[in-house]
Amino acid sequence: MSAPSKDDLIDFIYEEARMLDDGRFDEWLDLWTPDGIYWMPLEYNQQDENLVTSLLHEDFFMIKLRVERFKGERTFSQKPKTRCHHVIQRPFVDRLDVDAGEFVTRTAFHYVETRLDDQTLLAANARHDLVLVDGKLKIKRKRVDLLNSDAAFGNIQMFL
Amino acid sequence: MSRHANDRSAIAALVRPTEVHRDIYIDEDVFQLEMKHLFANCWVFVGHDSQTPNKGDYFTTEIGTQPVIMVRHSDDEIYVLHNRCPHKGTKIAIDRAGNTGKFFRCPYHAWSFKTNGCLLAIPLRKGYKDTGLEESESVKGMAPVGAVKNYRGFVFARLAPEGVSFEDFFGSSLSSIDNMVDRSPAGRLEVAGPPLRYMHRCNWKMLVENQTDTCHPMVAHESSAGTAIKLWEEMEKPEGTKKPMAMEVIAPFMSSYEFFENMGIRTWPNGHGHTGVHHSIHSDYSAIPGYFEQMCEAYGEDRAREILGENRHNTVYFPNIMIKGPIQQLRLFKPISANKTLVESYIYRLVDAPDMLLQRTAMYNRLINAPTSMVGHDDLEMYERAQEGLHSDGLEWVNVQRLYQPGESFEQEAIENGTTERQMRNQFDAWTKYMTMTMDEAAQ
Ligand code: FES
Ligand SMILES: [Fe+2]
Repeated sequence: MSAPSKDDLIDFIYEEARMLDDGRFDEWLDLWTPDGIYWMPLEYNQQDENLVTSLLHEDFFMIKLRVERFKGERTFSQKPKTRCHHVIQRPFVDRLDVDAGEFVTRTAFHYVETRLDDQTLLAANARHDLVLVDGKLKIKRKRVDLLNSDAAFGNIQMFL
Repeated sequence: MSRHANDRSAIAALVRPTEVHRDIYIDEDVFQLEMKHLFANCWVFVGHDSQTPNKGDYFTTEIGTQPVIMVRHSDDEIYVLHNRCPHKGTKIAIDRAGNTGKFFRCPYHAWSFKTNGCLLAIPLRKGYKDTGLEESESVKGMAPVGAVKNYRGFVFARLAPEGVSFEDFFGSSLSSIDNMVDRSPAGRLEVAGPPLRYMHRCNWKMLVENQTDTCHPMVAHESSAGTAIKLWEEMEKPEGTKKPMAMEVIAPFMSSYEFFENMGIRTWPNGHGHTGVHHSIHSDYSAIPGYFEQMCEAYGEDRAREILGENRHNTVYFPNIMIKGPIQQLRLFKPISANKTLVESYIYRLVDAPDMLLQRTAMYNRLINAPTSMVGHDDLEMYERAQEGLHSDGLEWVNVQRLYQPGESFEQEAIENGTTERQMRNQFDAWTKYMTMTMDEAAQ
C-alpha cells in the first residue's frame, strides 16, 4: 500500500477491533509503531498527558507487558479470563494526508467486558493517528475517551 | 434484633490479640456501627485546601458515609458542613466542586446560608413569624461538623463535637505529612487534577491493612512486576540503556522478603503507622535534575538531605487514608457498605519543584492505582476473593499474628521488622478504642 484509501483506513479500524475481541493480542501488537502511545484520559476533554493522572498513558513496552501478563501462569485476575466485545460505529476519516503520511480517524463505540458473572458496558470515542510503515498502516497513537471517564469503575482489564 | 447491637463488650470481643472476627469485614450491622461511632470519633481526612483556593470555592465529599461540603469562607478559613439543607434535607451541592460566591442557596425553596453555614435568609420569612422558628434546629443553618483542622493544607474533621484533640489523635505521626510537604522548596503542596476513582467490592479495612502488608507484593504482583522485569531483561537494547520511569516504578514490587523485612515498620498510637523506616521501594528513583539544588537553596544542604533522606513508603493515618511522602500521593478509602469501598487516589504538585517529579507521581498513580492498572487488578482480585471467602462458615477468624509479641502494647511508638503485622494489630487496637468509646454496655 502506498496511498491508503478512505476504505483502507476504515477497514483497519474494524480489523483492529476484531483482533481485540478475538484475543489475537500478538497480532494486535504488530499494529503499533515502536514509539506508539495508548492514552485513556481521566478528565473529560483532558489536554495534559503528563502532569495530571490519566487512566492509561502507555508506551509500547507497557502495552506489551499487558499482553504478556494476560498469558502468565500466576495472573490471578485473569483466571478465569476476561472477554471483551466492541461494537463500533463506522469511523470518521478526519484526516487523510498522503503527502504528510498522516491519517486520523475517529470512532464511536460501545465496549463490553465480562468475567464470571460480571459485565461492564462502556461508551467511548477513539482517535487513531495512523502512519504508513513499509506500506502498512500502523498505530502511532490511540486516544480513548470514555464517556464517563470521571466515574468510579471496577476493574477494566482489557484494551478498549 | 441485630446480631451486633450497640453493645460495647460484644464489639470489643470481635478483636483478639492475634485474630479478628470475620463480622468486622462482612456484617452490615458492624458497618453501621463503624459509621456511627468510629468515623464520628476519629479525625478523618476531608480534602486538601488547594482544592478550594478561593473564597466561596467548595468541594463535596463524604466522611465515612456522611455527605459533607468543604468550603472556603470569607475569612479565608476552611469550613466543613453537613451537605444537607436544614429545611427539608435537600443536598445543597451535588457537583464535585465549584464556587458558590458569598453564600449557598438551596435549590428547593431558596433558603440561603453564609459559607460558614449560618442561615442568611428565608424567602417570605414572615410566614414563620410567631411560629417559634428561633427555637428550631433549622434556624441554625447548615450544620457544621464537630471540629475541623487544617494541617499544612490537609483538612481533617471530627464529626463528634466532643472527643480526642487533633494533636492527641495523630501525635508524632504527623511527621509523615511534614516530610511530604517539606519536599516542596516552598513548603507547600497543590492538588494536581481529579483523583482516580476505583470501586472495590470489599470492606474498607482490607484496603487499609494492605497498605502495610509487605508479604503480598512479591506474590500477588508477580504477574505484573515479575513479568515487567522478565520482559525488560529479554528485550534487545543497547548496552547501558536507562530503565524507563515505568520500570523504576513497577519493578521494586518484586523485591525480596529480605528487602521488606529490613525496610522496617513504625507504629504510632491510635492506629497510625508506616512501612519503609530504613529504605523503601521508593529509595532508588533517579534524581531529578535541579531539584536537589532547589532544596538546598530553600533549606540549606543539611536539612535538604535530611528531608530527602526519608523514604517512608506507605503511611497509614487511621482510619482511612494512606499517604506516600516521596511521591506526594494520598489514597482515601471511602467506606460505602460492609462489602463496598471507593478508593480515591490523589496526587499533589510540590510547589516550586521541577515538573518531572509530578510527572513521575502521575505515572505512579495510573500504573498502580487506576481501575485500568495491572497492579490494581492484582490487588482487587485478592480483596474480592477474601470478601467472598469470609462468608464461608468453615472458619470465623482472620489471622493477624505475624511477629506477634505476647503482651504487646500500642501506647508507645515502635519500630519493628518490616514484615510484622503489628501495624494491622495497631489498627484493630484503635478500632476497638474509637468504636466502643461512645457505646454503652448491653442492658442486662
Ligand atoms: S429544602 Fe432547602 S430550602 Fe427547602
Ligand atoms: Fe498490592
